[in-house]
Amino acid sequence: MEKKILFKYIDDPNQVDIDTYISHGGYKALEKVLKSMQPAQVIDEVKKSGLRGRGGAGFPAGMKWSFIPKDSPKPRYLVCNADESEPGTCKDRVLMERDPHGIVEGMAIAAFAIGSHQAYIYIRGEFVYPARMMEQAIASAYGKGMLGKNIFGSGYDLDMAVHTGGGAYICGEETALLNSLEGERGMSRIRPPFPAIEGLYACPTVVNNVETLASVPLIINNGAEWYASMGTEKSKGSKIFSLSGHVKRPGNYELEMGTPLSYLINDLGGGMLDGYQLKAIIPGGSSTPFLLPNQIDTPLDYESIAAAGSMLGSGAVIVIGDKTCMVWVIDRLIHFYKHESCGKCTPCREGTGWLLQLISRIEHGEGKPGDLEKIDSICDNIFGRTICPLGDAAVMPIQSALKLFRDEFQYHIDHKKCLVKSEFEFK
Amino acid sequence: MILTPESVAKIKEKMGKYPHHKSAILPAITIAYWQVGHLNEEIYKEISKIINIPIVEIAEAATFYTMFPKEPVGKYLIQVCHNISCALLGADSLIEYLENKLGIKKGETTSDNLFTLISVECLGSCASAPMMQINDKYYENLTREKVDKILEDMKKQA
Ligand SMILES: Cc1cc2nc3c(=O)[nH]c(=O)nc-3n(C[C@H](O)[C@H](O)[C@H](O)COP(=O)(O)O)c2cc1C
Ligand code: SF4
Ligand code: FES
Repeated sequence: MEKKILFKYIDDPNQVDIDTYISHGGYKALEKVLKSMQPAQVIDEVKKSGLRGRGGAGFPAGMKWSFIPKDSPKPRYLVCNADESEPGTCKDRVLMERDPHGIVEGMAIAAFAIGSHQAYIYIRGEFVYPARMMEQAIASAYGKGMLGKNIFGSGYDLDMAVHTGGGAYICGEETALLNSLEGERGMSRIRPPFPAIEGLYACPTVVNNVETLASVPLIINNGAEWYASMGTEKSKGSKIFSLSGHVKRPGNYELEMGTPLSYLINDLGGGMLDGYQLKAIIPGGSSTPFLLPNQIDTPLDYESIAAAGSMLGSGAVIVIGDKTCMVWVIDRLIHFYKHESCGKCTPCREGTGWLLQLISRIEHGEGKPGDLEKIDSICDNIFGRTICPLGDAAVMPIQSALKLFRDEFQYHIDHKKCLVKSEFEFK
Repeated sequence: MILTPESVAKIKEKMGKYPHHKSAILPAITIAYWQVGHLNEEIYKEISKIINIPIVEIAEAATFYTMFPKEPVGKYLIQVCHNISCALLGADSLIEYLENKLGIKKGETTSDNLFTLISVECLGSCASAPMMQINDKYYENLTREKVDKILEDMKKQA
């Protein structure tokens, strides 16, 4: 069901002002943490809440924080990932535009928990307005003594700054992001070492998604038990889902984890556009495998979506109607992954290029017998063999489409045209 | 100097946010881009002097990031998202509509140097598709009527 926790004040235009934010209980969690808790207690609380990373991988947030070495003499860094470029995903932007202080407060609590005195938020460069809202929020938090020196008289110091990117999807991948933040080309790093040991400037670093960090003040204010009382056994709390595609009411909706996909698409999203039948659903951003109409009741939580053969990912639900050619869909996606490959490892750099060539030739009616087998084999040779997960991200939707809609690809090769023509016209 | 004193001041302010000057490369490039509308060698040189980082390192970073045109573009850079959520809701026909309206092909600039039309990957506005970015602003849930009005307003302003 809909559960507005992160979105509680999202429709209040004054929520961006620090005074309104404070009147709604804002910065209480930070004060509580700084005045009455030890970093280890904060980490424990977040662990108990069951909060998992909302950037795509769903890694437990508290556990990630606990990987920061306790005895390192180096400075530590907290980085908030606001690169938001997985196609279909547009949720972090809403938080930045309408409740930026929730993110600042969450970042400050996380920074305290890991013993960091410098936090950055890396925002994709196209997000000019969201970045301005974050800049303003940070400036007003400094003005009220909630950032800077001796916050709440606790003796704890924290600096925070906005860093904007340059339009590269790969910079959402945490190690590429760190390189980009260092002023290098945004290419992924080989792991280990993991960022918790050697991250920004080779110092211990935690990278968390915007939505993950924005959830932290809520957990501190209301308690881990409260957060963990929502959701399923392993997927706790609430999550924002970006609903797009052939539905009547696309938008960002916050749901309790475990809410059926059908509730999102039909009840909140108003169902399919007139004249469209459901054909396929991408449940977690463009990198995740397709679900079919008979899976529409799958609960939206990490485990259930995985059991259905896909991934919850970033929670970007893309709904595809019947008058859509799946070859055309895949052509669009491989074009994207080829463009965004950072080029550091051969399987991804070369493989995405070959896939684009083959798929685009099928799409344009020039496919040859044997092309599908070639695509299968290239996908197998990319999957699991790359430095970062972009390689896997590129092949998962292709493999899924070739499994579920192979007839459409075959038809394209045999008849040099679409089995189902994509026919949505902009009016 | 291409960079205005305001841009230089902004870059210097950004430098203070990092323990290493190299981190100021991307912010500096970004500030320059929003001032000038594109990047070039001359701009890298100026940035190099301000943040005290070799010019090759600036160029190396700048060429990685596709958001910054490396040649002059029209006064209004129209970037239509052609990725999946927008494509499902007619991004291709939106591009065609713009091509016809402006009398140029994708990738071209109008002869009065007012508009450059390109298409780009997902801009994080998928639930308000189809959409486009013009300079630093997003235009969402587009219809022909809206596009007509946006272009007219821009022509009037120019
Ligand atoms: C190609 C690629 C792109 C990614 N893009 C993003 C992104 O835009 N935002 C994000 O938060 N995480 C993104 N991630 C995941 C990050 O690497 C990282 O796991 C995440 O920021 C950790 O935060 P979390 O634990 O709070 O989810 C991406 C990963 C890959 C492989
Ligand atoms: S998988 Fe692709 S994006 Fe990732 S490091 Fe290799 S080439 Fe770069
Ligand atoms: S697909 Fe167009 S903004 Fe995301």
